[in-house]
Amino acid sequence: MAIAREAEPVGSLSEVREAGLDREDLLGIYRNMLLTRSVEERGHILYRQGKIPGSFYTGRGNEAAAVGVASAMGPEDVGTPLHRDMGVHITRGVEPWRIFAQFMGRADGPTHGRDGNVHMADPNLGLIAMVSHLPAMLPVAVGCALAFRIREERRVALAWFGEGASARGDTHEGMTLAGTRKLPVVFVCDNNQWAYSTPTHLEYATEHVADRAEAYGFEGVVVDGTDVLAVHREAKRAIEKARNGGGPTLLECVTLRMEGHAVHDDAFYVPKVMFESWAANDPIERYRTWLRENADMTDEEEGEISNSVKKLLNDALQRAEDSPMPDPSTLLEGVYATPEDLDTPHHK
Amino acid sequence: MAEMTYLQAISDGLRGEMRRNDKVFLIGEDVGVYGGAFKVSLGFQEEFGPWRVFDAPLAETAILGACTGAAIMGMRPVAEMQFADFISCGWDQLVTVAAKQRWRAGTAVPIVVRLPSGGGFSGGPFHSQNPESSFAHVPGLKCVCPSTPEDAKGLLISAIEDPNPVLYFEHKHLYRRIKADVSEERYTIPIGKARTHREGDDVSVITWGAMVHTADEAAQQLDNEGVSVEIVDLRTVLPWDKAAVLESVRKTSKVLVLHEDTHTGGFGAEISATIAEEAFEDLDAPVKRVTAPDTPVPFSPPLEKAFIPQVEDVVKGLRELAEY
Repeated sequence: MAIAREAEPVGSLSEVREAGLDREDLLGIYRNMLLTRSVEERGHILYRQGKIPGSFYTGRGNEAAAVGVASAMGPEDVGTPLHRDMGVHITRGVEPWRIFAQFMGRADGPTHGRDGNVHMADPNLGLIAMVSHLPAMLPVAVGCALAFRIREERRVALAWFGEGASARGDTHEGMTLAGTRKLPVVFVCDNNQWAYSTPTHLEYATEHVADRAEAYGFEGVVVDGTDVLAVHREAKRAIEKARNGGGPTLLECVTLRMEGHAVHDDAFYVPKVMFESWAANDPIERYRTWLRENADMTDEEEGEISNSVKKLLNDALQRAEDSPMPDPSTLLEGVYATPEDLDTPHHK
Repeated sequence: MAEMTYLQAISDGLRGEMRRNDKVFLIGEDVGVYGGAFKVSLGFQEEFGPWRVFDAPLAETAILGACTGAAIMGMRPVAEMQFADFISCGWDQLVTVAAKQRWRAGTAVPIVVRLPSGGGFSGGPFHSQNPESSFAHVPGLKCVCPSTPEDAKGLLISAIEDPNPVLYFEHKHLYRRIKADVSEERYTIPIGKARTHREGDDVSVITWGAMVHTADEAAQQLDNEGVSVEIVDLRTVLPWDKAAVLESVRKTSKVLVLHEDTHTGGFGAEISATIAEEAFEDLDAPVKRVTAPDTPVPFSPPLEKAFIPQVEDVVKGLRELAEY
């Protein structure tokens, strides 16, 4: 039996306007979702062209969850997005050419070729680079919230994880610390229903991951992760609650993994009907339809967004391909930080 | 100057940094109300409040991960592991997250992890270990192992000042056993700089932590036998002062590497290999290692005595080298 609150879908435009989103915001969210998917589709082409070393991971199906949460964050809020959360980087404003450079291991990627895929973050955008040991980032986000609490700043940390990561101890420890001290953190579970080949019933025994929240002393909310406006509304509530001293929330976005774990995985273990139902629930198509029916998005507006995304990415790809490969003679640099590295806004 | 135990020197250094910089905070199990399992932070919570002397749940991963997050947000966290042994629970946070963040993502992680380590009091397999070599193998971390009250204070302040994750191994056996005059002023001891604990001409001992004092007792015995022993206290094992070690080896041509940690893959192996690579021609005898054997740390006193290198073990090793 579910313990977490199951959030309602978003219906009308007036409801959305009451939540503080104007028409420009709504179209901006659509653009960010489209840009997110397009970046990853272009990445996929680069991979097939042999330009991406290693494997390649996307968050296809997770765009609404990622963009919905990120667009609810305040400018001074921070977060630890994972590999299905390209939409968070896009929404916070990372330049797409830097992402392509990262994919291809070029010198101008955020990690300068030292790490790949979505293992990147621009600290100036309030993001912290993930590690592959995914739940390890939860206690890190809790630490950001602890810093805000010690300094009595009205800022919130967002901690992303998946239903697979929910099985590991870091998740329990991070939530325990955050719950006992009512820290300003929102735990966002992108439950895309498959952890590589492992289905949800082998990852957790409750009905929802968010059902656990009550055991940590805070609220759990389950939201349809393909409904970007419902995700935004619930994320905003949770973030503002945390900002106002109300403590953490566990927000579970039930989302989709419309591809395999990564390009090397054909996902033979996912039932065909599931892929078919996911295709019918594509979050971008769902939102596009909503915008046309509820916000009068015109053909012209839609075309303009689509064309501007294409143009942006064409230019971005060119710029990324012009970026050099990293110089092997720089390998030893920066293993240790110098005092100058602390010359950041945070350390002032 | 004031006479302080090794433990008081740690407290004094930490208290001073917390007074000086409100970004410095202490987090750990029982560090607040109780003052820490060894009372290093006794009275701190009264002075700095419950948020800067933070009683954490029994969750090392959360403690170390929170330090990383807080450090990236501009704080200067100091974590206390109740015993160094429990750092195993936080391995990922240190090795996977904190140590690699500067190199791969450009983000400095200035944290200090205080690690009450070492045996000699029947703590058994889980309250007595010296895990410095495991972390000395991790690029991006620093490991310091003070042996005296002066160094305990100065190295702690350096560790807090350092923009990197620093593991600060404080030896429990030294806490209340050794005393010295320590300046009440603020001072730092540079990380990566060894100290000549005792000058000598015939044999060099390279060591750190509590073993410096074991070596010193052994050196006094050898002195009575007409053998002059030099003791190099590394103070820090990552980075380690290779130049100081090689200089001492070139001076005496005979070297004994001594540590309380177990033998295989202990940090003494790295030192021995470096001496073989860089000072082979200067040696008059093979490098000798005196270490704990390759077993867990035993509980019962006669077993533990057989495990931890004793003065007589060092004396025996030094005699063999002197006679070689």
